[in-house]
Amino acid sequence: MDATVSTPRPGGWHRFANPGRFLRLAGRVTPPIAWAGGILTAAGLLWGLFIAPADWQQGEAVRIMYLHVPSAWLASAGYFGLALCALSSLVWRHPLADLAAVEIGPVGAGFAALCLATGSLWGRPTWGTYWVWDARLTSMLVLFFLYLGHIALIRAFDDPERGYRAAAILALIGAVDLPIIHFSVQWWNTLHQGNSISLTSAPKMYIGMLAPLLVSAIGFTLLFAALVLARLSAAVMERRTRALLLAQVRSA
Amino acid sequence: MNPIPYVIAAYAVGVVVVGWLCIDAVLRLRSARRRLAAAEAGRVRR
Repeated sequence: MDATVSTPRPGGWHRFANPGRFLRLAGRVTPPIAWAGGILTAAGLLWGLFIAPADWQQGEAVRIMYLHVPSAWLASAGYFGLALCALSSLVWRHPLADLAAVEIGPVGAGFAALCLATGSLWGRPTWGTYWVWDARLTSMLVLFFLYLGHIALIRAFDDPERGYRAAAILALIGAVDLPIIHFSVQWWNTLHQGNSISLTSAPKMYIGMLAPLLVSAIGFTLLFAALVLARLSAAVMERRTRALLLAQVRSA
Repeated sequence: MNPIPYVIAAYAVGVVVVGWLCIDAVLRLRSARRRLAAAEAGRVRR
C-alpha cells in the first residue's frame, strides 16, 4: 500500500494563486487583450464620432454616449469585480484576491471619474446644466467616492492584512450601490434617461448607433481587463522582488 | 447651444484618463520587470 499522502492539486481559480503560473498566463494574454481593446475602442469611438448619425432630439451631443456609456458600465462592473475579490478574500482566502482588489480600485475610479465628467459635459447641452442631484447621477457619484474610500482604506494600515480586510468589508457593503445605480431610473423620477439597452428586452436604439456603442463597449472592456492584468502582474513582481531583497538582507 | 465643444471636451477627457491609466500601467510593469530581474540576478550571483 502506498503510504505517501499527496497534496491535492488546487482546482478552479486557486490554480492562479501560484505567482509564477499567474505571471506566465498574464504575460501571454495581456498584450493581445490590450491591442484588441485599443483597436476596438478607437474604432468604436471614431465610428461614433464621424459615421454614426446624430440623434433627432439631442443632435451632435449624443456622440458623447460612445464614451460615457461604456465608462459607466465598466465603473459598475469594476466595482462588482472588487466585491467578488472581497468575497474571495474573506471566504476563500485567495492569495491574489487582495492584490487584485488593490489594482482594480484605481482603474475603476478612473472610469467612474470619466463617466461623471463625460456625463456632465453631455448634460450641459442636453439638460442645460452640468449637474443635478438626480438619483442616477448621485448614486454614480457615491460609487466614485466608494472607489476613493477603498483606495484610501486598503493603504491606510501599517499591517497590509488589516487594510485588505477593512477594504474588503467596504467593497461588500458598497456593492449595495450597484443595483441602486441600475434601477435608479426606474425607482425614481429622474432627469437621466431610462436604460436603452437591457439583457432581457430588445434594444430601444437605432442599429446605426447601437453597433458603434457595442464595439466601443467591448473595446473598453478589453482595455479595462488588460489594465488590471498589467497592474496585477506588476504588483506580483514587486512582491516577489521585495521577498528576494528581504531574503538577501537576512542572509547577509 | 452648439454641442461640438462639449463633445470635443468629453473625448479629450477620455483620451487623458484612459491614456494616463495605460501609460502608468506600462511604466509600472516595465519597472517591476526590471527590478525583479535585478533582484533575481543578485540572488544567482550569491
